[in-house]
Amino acid sequence: MAFDWSSIPGSLPILWQGMIVTLQIALVGALVGILLGTLLALLRLSPSRLLSWLSAAYVTVFRSIPLVMVLFWFHLILIPLVVGLLFPGKRLELGFITALTAFSLFEASYYAEIIRAGILSVTKGQFNAGLALGMNRRQVMRLVILPQALRRMIPLLLTQAIILFQDSTLVYVINLDDFFRKAYNVGNTVGTLNEMILFAGAVYLVICTLASGCVRQLHRKLTVPAREIA
Amino acid sequence: MISIRNVSKWFGEFQALKKCSAEVHKGEVVVICGPSGSGKSTLIKCVNGLESFQEGEIWVDGISVADRKTDLPKLRSRVGMVFQHFELFPHLSILDNITLAQCRVLGRSKKQAVEKAVQLLELVGLAEQKPKFPAQLSGGQQQRVAIARALAMDPIAMLFDEPTSALDPEMINEVLDVMVELAQSGMTMLVVTHEMGFAKRVANRIIFMDRGEVVEDRPKQTFFENPETNRARQFLSKILTH
Amino acid sequence: MWLLDSTNHQSLITNHISLAAFDFSVFLRPSPESALNNLSYLLVGLGWSLLLALGSWVVAFVVGSVVGVMRTLPGRILPSIGACYVELFRNVPLLVQLFVWFFVVPDITPILGDWFKQQVPPIWQEFIAGTACLGLFTAARIAEQVRSGIGSLGTGQLGAGLALGLRRRQVYLLVLLPVAYRILIPTLTSEFLNLIKNTAVASTIGYLELAQRSASMAETTARVYEAFTAATLLYAALNLLVMFLARALERFTALPGFLGGDK
Repeated sequence: MAFDWSSIPGSLPILWQGMIVTLQIALVGALVGILLGTLLALLRLSPSRLLSWLSAAYVTVFRSIPLVMVLFWFHLILIPLVVGLLFPGKRLELGFITALTAFSLFEASYYAEIIRAGILSVTKGQFNAGLALGMNRRQVMRLVILPQALRRMIPLLLTQAIILFQDSTLVYVINLDDFFRKAYNVGNTVGTLNEMILFAGAVYLVICTLASGCVRQLHRKLTVPAREIA
Repeated sequence: MISIRNVSKWFGEFQALKKCSAEVHKGEVVVICGPSGSGKSTLIKCVNGLESFQEGEIWVDGISVADRKTDLPKLRSRVGMVFQHFELFPHLSILDNITLAQCRVLGRSKKQAVEKAVQLLELVGLAEQKPKFPAQLSGGQQQRVAIARALAMDPIAMLFDEPTSALDPEMINEVLDVMVELAQSGMTMLVVTHEMGFAKRVANRIIFMDRGEVVEDRPKQTFFENPETNRARQFLSKILTH
Repeated sequence: MWLLDSTNHQSLITNHISLAAFDFSVFLRPSPESALNNLSYLLVGLGWSLLLALGSWVVAFVVGSVVGVMRTLPGRILPSIGACYVELFRNVPLLVQLFVWFFVVPDITPILGDWFKQQVPPIWQEFIAGTACLGLFTAARIAEQVRSGIGSLGTGQLGAGLALGLRRRQVYLLVLLPVAYRILIPTLTSEFLNLIKNTAVASTIGYLELAQRSASMAETTARVYEAFTAATLLYAALNLLVMFLARALERFTALPGFLGGDK
């Protein structure tokens, strides 16, 4: 069967609109995810049993449920419930808000694990050295441990952002028009579904390959000083 | 038996071996020594083709190692090798470590292979350990098993690559004793080691390497009593005063 | 295609908010979608999820091992092919890959594609496309782990095997892979858990697995809260079961004195 690529140039503006939605979800998801993830990681490692348990429970719950299921929950229950309480009687377009919230909260659980591992990779000796200098726990964490941990974690955080960028295609199940959904719709309408799916795949492939290549370069750069110290 | 002729090897820009030559005759024990990074381990790994080399040739029992037509697995099955880190297979019992290659390479029956293994384990003094796994043994015991594993193939020669340098001091002798016994039984041996006591006892010749070159290759008396080069003299004074 | 469209949406929300109490009896009511009650309807969905996960795992394990081993071989060509495979399958979103397998591949495969579209029952079309997609996608991840597992054994074990006269193929089959798989059990377990979660993506092509059935039960019964809670708990239960089995497997294959680490 022959391919017909002719519908692609004309649909680029529509696809670009979708790409903006995709990028917004990925960007907000990554930023909020990292902030919330850091908080969760710190709570997890805090001396308070209760806080540590709560953080662990949050992470475990989100990590044991499929993302599709999480999106269902936010789409049909959580977001309508909250919005219904805050703005009773109003009818709002909730798809985008749902996606932003769901991805931020979902990714936070994955970021929390990366950041926790990063913090734990800084040795106990560093912690003790900080305490021995008279700093309190919070200072040691902020001034000694986190700067080292973050440096080591940056490649992993970015890799997770690339995964998030790809996973954002799943907003398909809540009917949100991201890049892929737009491509799918155009293909369906014009009758070039195969071509549009392949084109969308190629776009993701190029972006993600380039991005992960950059992450690898960065990883190499970041590990050089570590080797010199050793 | 083993003939190394003008072997050179490069790792990228770095020349690891510079026109190395050496002979090991049947029944001889030859010790290779030299400072770390001098290319000893690389050279001995070239002998059974675990490392490739770009120039020169190595002959083992009349077969060229570098020849593309040579059946390397077959050649290796006839030359035993013992490694610095033992390299026993962690998922196999001591007995299975020794029978694996006998069955899979030489095609021996399980019964023959077990008989041979038991006999060799007695020789190295570890008959009781045969159902255990490598990680349950001490380093010295593991290395003795590794020697038995290599001997089980009925090799025509044995290569030892720093067999005692990963061992705790109190375990070195149990391994050297087995090696001395082996040497005295007439085995052809090429040994990379810093153990000069061993060299003095059983070696016929000493090869001294430095910076990828064979600097000296002489009978052990003359090497120890009257080293020719400054480099060898310095090396010996460092190693013998410890 | 099922999926949740927004016309029903508002009525569902109103329903949901007005009926705050959890209604267990909904699970025992007959499902409009099948001859079963709603609980069994979900459980059958769990079965389809698990079947898809197991089928994909077989593909992923075999292909992943082959690609992973290729990346550790000497020479240029085979390792590069392995690297390209991993890059390709890691850098295209799972959903897009699924649509490629479900829509594009049958269309561009001559004879076999027509047979697939005309003769194979829809549920098996979805299953086959899902297995190919999830299997080959997960294979890329397993390949990376197999490669690093073999890498962690160092060149010493390979050298020792070769020095005994074993062929390279024998060294991989008899030594490197058996040890690497043992070391990898924990990471492979989490890959399998990921795979189970990823089966929910197959809901987008209409495969009636657990997530899709919970959505359709939500729609037909208007008990969104109950349907999603049940599905979520079933996923969690499956998670726990797999972790329990993996621990048992780990104990069963553990080597005395060997901690899965270095010498």
